[in-house]
Amino acid sequence: MLKYLKELCLMDGVSSFEDNVRDYIINELSPVVDDMRIDALGNLIVFKKGAKRVKGGLMLAAHMDEVGFIVRKIEDDGYIRFSAVGGIDARVVLGRRVFIGKDMVPGVTGLKAIHLVSAEEVKRVPKIKEMYIDIAAPDKASAEKKVSLGDKIVFDSDYLEFGEDKVKAKALDDRVGCAVMMNLAKQDLPCDVTFVFTCQEEVGCRGAFGAAFSVNPAYALVLEGTTSADISNVPAEKKVTRLGAGPVIGCMDGSTIYDEGLFRMTAALADEAGIAWQIKQYIAGGTDASAIQRTREGVRVANISVPVRYLHSASTVACGKDIKDTLKLAQLFVRAIAEGKAGK
Amino acid sequence: MDILKTLNTLNACFGPSGREDEVREAIKKLAKPFADEMKTDAMGNLYVRKKGNGAKVMFSAHMDSIGVIATVVEDEGFIRFGRVGGISPATLLSSTVRFANGTRGVVQKNEDAKLDKLTLQEMYIDIGVANKEEALKHVQPGDMAVYDAPSFLTPGGMIVSPYLDDRICCVAQLMALEKLKKTDNDVWFVFTVQEEVGLRGAKTAGYIVDPDYFVVCDVTWSDDTPKAEHFASSVTGKGAAIKIMDGSVIAHPQVVKLLNDIAKQKKIKVQQDVLKGGGTDAGAIHVSRAGVPSSGVSVPIRYCHYAQEMAALSDVEDTAKLLAAFAENKF
Repeated sequence: MLKYLKELCLMDGVSSFEDNVRDYIINELSPVVDDMRIDALGNLIVFKKGAKRVKGGLMLAAHMDEVGFIVRKIEDDGYIRFSAVGGIDARVVLGRRVFIGKDMVPGVTGLKAIHLVSAEEVKRVPKIKEMYIDIAAPDKASAEKKVSLGDKIVFDSDYLEFGEDKVKAKALDDRVGCAVMMNLAKQDLPCDVTFVFTCQEEVGCRGAFGAAFSVNPAYALVLEGTTSADISNVPAEKKVTRLGAGPVIGCMDGSTIYDEGLFRMTAALADEAGIAWQIKQYIAGGTDASAIQRTREGVRVANISVPVRYLHSASTVACGKDIKDTLKLAQLFVRAIAEGKAGK
Repeated sequence: MDILKTLNTLNACFGPSGREDEVREAIKKLAKPFADEMKTDAMGNLYVRKKGNGAKVMFSAHMDSIGVIATVVEDEGFIRFGRVGGISPATLLSSTVRFANGTRGVVQKNEDAKLDKLTLQEMYIDIGVANKEEALKHVQPGDMAVYDAPSFLTPGGMIVSPYLDDRICCVAQLMALEKLKKTDNDVWFVFTVQEEVGLRGAKTAGYIVDPDYFVVCDVTWSDDTPKAEHFASSVTGKGAAIKIMDGSVIAHPQVVKLLNDIAKQKKIKVQQDVLKGGGTDAGAIHVSRAGVPSSGVSVPIRYCHYAQEMAALSDVEDTAKLLAAFAENKF
């Protein structure tokens, strides 16, 4: 499996609480890059010199943050009420082990017991606001010694390589992108590259906007994890993407129409290298490209994503080959930009 | 400049959101004799400038049309698709569409799909080939398609055409450019991209031009069809529609007043345009950088986003006149 991926996935980094992930990346990359800075929002902006300069500059972006929760209320009996940070399907929240706050206080998500549930309630998915986290505190005062309002909450999930070339972890969206960028940053590059590890993507591409404004590149490649519903009884157009079918090249999603020239260039690079690729077969979702593309005078944006099952849950699953091929294709992309193949 | 002829030149181009290249090249050719300067930005917006030392006045009309995008080519050769902009099952059903390479097909629905609950997922494009292999020779996943429909004039002076939103306003801007007399103003006619998917091109255009005044030229709903729900205040044939508000912008009162004053002085037929929803480039541009006093001049159309939209020729003339007069105004 790709270097750094395991360590990255095991780290917690709920939107706006990306510190741990950022510190890890800084620590790993500081010996091999030329400049690093953290901006006001918390984006980590890393510059590495390459063999040449590209006119206007090339930026790569992947987001550090993951979906999670935040403490909303502490009840008199010590239970914790919480809200989602980012888009989480309530169906994947119940019965999970979670960690709260900087001290990683363990807890479990719960709901009223089944014998208290009415026939009507059984038919619908409970809302997150009806759930609670049990940290086994006897009362509010005891709970408040461990947990504060506004604390982040993250899924507890291990990293597991299993089955045929598959990996299971939390936050593959978008630690796969971060891992791809870290591996690239360790290499000699054909041109100068600014690697931006963005914050707050999951709550609406909030970090990327400021990062793109300060970096002001001509080209941007966004590396992501994207949804896959490749289950047997789902029709092709609703699978969105398929695991093992190769990197997903950005053509169009719910918030961006990617630069046509760069889309065609990336697809041609994959074809030449014998890398299988796919596009999203359902037009939905979005990436940091939506913010980057429309910054300042406009940026030509491209996207390569790894298909991920059970996105935004505690157990996200991806295919090792897709991840490795995403790195390979990203390398080819950087080289093509260095060689002036982007045209226009 | 002949309205229908110019419109047909633009209509012959392929130009859904994000694929505006052909439209841009055609507009460049038409604008060249009148422009001091032209440029294109990273997103594909076209800037046509008449240089001056006075106020910087910006207009925009979007080049893109709504469309669909091929997602899955099925074994039998049928093509599933997603939407590009605000296109709905009811407007698409049984229409003809064309791809960039000229491939044409009809849009139909699964046999068991219910008309009143129709979703895009139940629809497909039939390009009339035997199987997937044959289909892939003509259409790849990711290829976009647009309505394929004729344009003609009615005896009552109406134009019927696809993509009136917003090619008819591209025509109006070109007419205004042609009419424009010598002025000290620095006038920018911008032809934007990706309006239909969320005012995306306008965002960078506003940043680049950084204008003193902005007037969007787009279509607006016409409230003159049977049982119209008063979604808008304008109607076809009653003149250029001066924007007071739409779903994305509340026009600057002084720009609205100025447009009305100019119209009165130059005897241009106008009406006041309040649109309860929808959005225009003004939505992105009025909040660009430090903010821009903005309004709009719209052409009311019937059947917006259908394969055949309808507008009054006279409204297009009035719109072009008002744009030119505003561009010449001493600020």
